[in-house]
Amino acid sequence: MYAIVVMINVGIFVLLALSLNIITGYAGQPNIGQGAFFGIGAYSGAILTGKLGIYFWLAMPISAIITGFIGFFLGLISIRIKEDFLAIVTIALNFIVAAIFQNVKFFGGSMGLSVPSPYWFGNPLSYHGYLILIIILIILVIIFSKLIEKSWLGMALGAIRNNERAADSLGIDTKKFKIMAFVLGTSIAGLTGAVYAHYMTFIMASDFGFLTSVSILSMVILGGNNTIRGPIVGAIILGLIPEVFRFISDYRLLVYALILILMIRFQPSGLLGDDSFVWQKLTNLRASYFKRRGA
Amino acid sequence: MFLQQLLNSIAIGSVYALTSMGATLIYGILGILDIANAGAYVLGAYLGLLFYSLSGNILIAFVVTMIITGLFGILIQKYVYRPLLSQPAYIPLIASIGIFIFIENIIRLIAGPTIKEFTVNLPFQSLNFANLHINNVWVLIFIVALILMFLLWYLLKMTKIGLAWRATAQDLDIAKTMGINTNRVISLNFFLGYSFAASAGILIGILYNSIYPTMGSVVSYKMLAIIVLGGLGNPFGTLVAALLIGFIETMVGAYIGFFIPRNAIAFVALVIILLISPQGLFTQKSRI
Repeated sequence: MYAIVVMINVGIFVLLALSLNIITGYAGQPNIGQGAFFGIGAYSGAILTGKLGIYFWLAMPISAIITGFIGFFLGLISIRIKEDFLAIVTIALNFIVAAIFQNVKFFGGSMGLSVPSPYWFGNPLSYHGYLILIIILIILVIIFSKLIEKSWLGMALGAIRNNERAADSLGIDTKKFKIMAFVLGTSIAGLTGAVYAHYMTFIMASDFGFLTSVSILSMVILGGNNTIRGPIVGAIILGLIPEVFRFISDYRLLVYALILILMIRFQPSGLLGDDSFVWQKLTNLRASYFKRRGA
Repeated sequence: MFLQQLLNSIAIGSVYALTSMGATLIYGILGILDIANAGAYVLGAYLGLLFYSLSGNILIAFVVTMIITGLFGILIQKYVYRPLLSQPAYIPLIASIGIFIFIENIIRLIAGPTIKEFTVNLPFQSLNFANLHINNVWVLIFIVALILMFLLWYLLKMTKIGLAWRATAQDLDIAKTMGINTNRVISLNFFLGYSFAASAGILIGILYNSIYPTMGSVVSYKMLAIIVLGGLGNPFGTLVAALLIGFIETMVGAYIGFFIPRNAIAFVALVIILLISPQGLFTQKSRI
């Protein structure tokens, strides 16, 4: 039981890290506000099923669309405000969104919102059900990310990441592709949020604050930005640290911070990034293995 | 009443200016968004209380705390930031968030999570003119802020160190080839940045008569709003932006009563101003 809860939590982080990777990895745009979109998805899902009585399975995609719609506006902002300025606007987003959730009565205010649990063939969805749902979602998002990498969208985003001005001068519609990256990345976060809200059955504005955004970003960077394996591994490592170090509860955050500093300091391109020590060792190992077999 | 609020807003704005000046100086030279500066603010408040209770003299507490926190800044710069300079900007940002969480938790573990009182006997009294009340802590804030801002201005504009500093801010590599010891410039930069934040921590501790381990979390993001408004890396812009944010917060709180909590106002103002002028209120041309 405990193992399943931990796996669901880590799985949600994996989804969020993969969603952020589309924005910070593929498009190379700073985003320290992914937690806010996670929250928008969660609140949309909660209101759709709780207040409007829509089925969970329908509310999930609608939440993704609502979140993607708001992500579209961040995409619009990213055309005008760039780099470090954009990073800070995304930080600002956390606080503005949290303030709205906390102060508007419709969103439950500081009391939070309770969410009805969804049904699956007449039975309430169990923890096992959630785990299966999240694993299916992770697989879908991985396939989706692979598709982006291979498509024109992925190539255009790569050009934007390396040099936006050069991409512009080559006739790539950088505005369109940047907005697409923001919409896709945020809507996956919104979908995850809707699942999270129903799994938790109770949500509060403080669940989706600045710290959540920072930890999602840390997972992506720590694992290896702009890869698929990186965010997954990063989310698993940082998601498990609080559980592994549960026995020293008071020192947990300290250990978390220390690991974050050391890993960034000595492996800045991420644990499994393309030019990280570990990944190069692994690829060398594979190469030498195949060479030996060939000879 | 309006004059009273104005004075209030200037006092708050001056502390904001001191808090964000460190982050501005660091951004001006290295292009790093240094959230750990808010950690220096918390560290400063606690060290300030420690040295005040040891010495009983607020001046000694200020000087010793600022020196120690400044040295701490040099260490962080040397062992964490300098090796990361060639990386994209978000890498040092994450490192700085790590450092900030680390400082907060070390302090919580050593000093305890509860609120500590910071009561100081000041050598001057509160002033009263007609119906205008000037708190004696405000006077202290004005004095400290004026001294430190003057010091910074003098250093940057009137000395050779300032010249080297401005050259480094314009282009680190070129400055290095011109024979400027850029490492020393960066060290001095962090020393001043962290000691300014420490002084702000002490002032806020005295103003609200309380310090606690999480007192830096609001500062860590409000500081970002202020330095961005000031045009990132522009000390004068930061001063103006800090006073402006202090003013907007106080006035909105006093007269309009927004549905958004006080601490989010800075960000709403930030987003609106950035959409109108994407480089902040002051452009990068006037950096340092």
